[in-house]
Amino acid sequence: MTQTDRIFRTLSWIVGLACVAFLMLPIVITLAASFTSSPVYTLPPPEWSLRWYRSLGERSGLWEAVLLSVNLAVVSTLISLVLGTLAAVAVTRGQFPGREAVATFAVSPLMMPGLVLGVALLQFFREIGLRDAYWSLLLGHIVITLPFVMRTLLASMAAFDFSLIDAARTLGLSYPKSILKVLVPSLAPAYLTSGLFAFLASMDNYPISIFLTDARNKTLPIKMLQYLEEQPDPSLAAMSSGLILLAIIVLVIGARTVGLNRMIQG
Amino acid sequence: MSARIDRISLLAVPALGFLAVVYALPLVLLLAKSVQTPEGFSLAEYRAFFADEYNMRVLWRTLRVAALTTLLALVIAYPTAFAMSRARGGWLTVFLVAMVLPMSLGVVVKAFAWSILFRANGALNGALQWIGLIDRPMRMMFTEAALVVGAANVFLPFMVLPIYAVVRQLDQRLPEAAASLGATPMFRFFNVTLPLTLPGVVAGSAFTFSLAVSMYVIPSLIVGERQQTLSMLIARSFLYLRNEPLGSTISAVLLGIAVLVVVLSSWLARRLGART
Repeated sequence: MTQTDRIFRTLSWIVGLACVAFLMLPIVITLAASFTSSPVYTLPPPEWSLRWYRSLGERSGLWEAVLLSVNLAVVSTLISLVLGTLAAVAVTRGQFPGREAVATFAVSPLMMPGLVLGVALLQFFREIGLRDAYWSLLLGHIVITLPFVMRTLLASMAAFDFSLIDAARTLGLSYPKSILKVLVPSLAPAYLTSGLFAFLASMDNYPISIFLTDARNKTLPIKMLQYLEEQPDPSLAAMSSGLILLAIIVLVIGARTVGLNRMIQG
Repeated sequence: MSARIDRISLLAVPALGFLAVVYALPLVLLLAKSVQTPEGFSLAEYRAFFADEYNMRVLWRTLRVAALTTLLALVIAYPTAFAMSRARGGWLTVFLVAMVLPMSLGVVVKAFAWSILFRANGALNGALQWIGLIDRPMRMMFTEAALVVGAANVFLPFMVLPIYAVVRQLDQRLPEAAASLGATPMFRFFNVTLPLTLPGVVAGSAFTFSLAVSMYVIPSLIVGERQQTLSMLIARSFLYLRNEPLGSTISAVLLGIAVLVVVLSSWLARRLGART
């Protein structure tokens, strides 16, 4: 290794560690702000206190928003996993022209501006007379979660050995059964990670949901932004810290079962 | 035999049917509506949009902020991906956690955390004053620089991960072989390493740019109404002004930009893929 190589290597480590610090900064700020005794966000907090955690229960509508968001995220992720598996099997194993285009199309909602999609869905649902906010939101959230699932499953299935399916079929399993009993379990890591990212994307979606909510059905990000505009006290930081804790638990479970590196690469 | 294969292809129908109806069709209708007036086909809305100096300033600002965000993210992400690919054990965990954990913090909260940092009496000014870099609080909130830093922070994992995926699979023997043939480190980087990692750079940049060009929550919390972006104009014309034709036109413009990014980046990716 030459001198220049060593300089390159050291530089990449410095930037890399700075990048880690930069990425973690909003989390640190949020945690610090949640334990303040002060009614405004001041850093560092004048005194540490748990008052904003205690006040969480009093915020009207917050828990409804959490429940609605979790409900939408779970249901849309599950539907996407089923639809995504079928489509990914078809693209990987099917023999139709334009399979590449189909894959690109299925992943393309990731690159489309959220607000534009929200506006388009708003007008479309109005046109066909769909007035129910929950169903509008659910359909919109499937559009958000499906590409996350498709992207990961397409990559994982390309590496899957489909002769295992043929073997299962020779041993007497039907095609649907062999998919369910052989393919799905061996792609469990892909399901876990793509499901996790799809879930998070749904939980966090603002730009599509804002056009599809009504007064009674508000998702968590919409409720949070509304609170920030109305009375920005640190209870939202407390709420977010709870979500961070939840994410850490999920990450630890994921790391134990799948391994972090596989989780990220799908 | 062919009957079975045909049946497998049919498995794509539910997902594709769903996306055709609930994703492609609404977008097509949106485009159709933007060129439709009671009198028939018309580009008047577009002409009016592009003739307006204010709109052009917003369009230009949106593109500039997205480009700067992508550039900043790339500058941070590229070396980081290399450090990550060499990291083992505990250090690798640190990197991976730093990529994934922030995603669990919603974009609303992340943007708000940055606005706390950027306030005149905020933590960043306090820290800078404390180390003696500045005498008086700097104005950071409501600036484009603050927006770019905040946005780059939120989108960084989407830049790092595609590059990391490529760097991790990079055959380390190739630069070594070049070295043994007498290539200088600079020559090796520009003629071996960089071309091999370009597909990851293209994928990450395209993703980051399309996220940044259409972001809404981050600018509305960090720069506010004073410096509009295309997304904010769309939201305003739909949610407050109730001017749907204008909103549809701006949506179509933003959609055009996004489609252009997708087409350009997949063309680039194919070209780069063909070369390696």
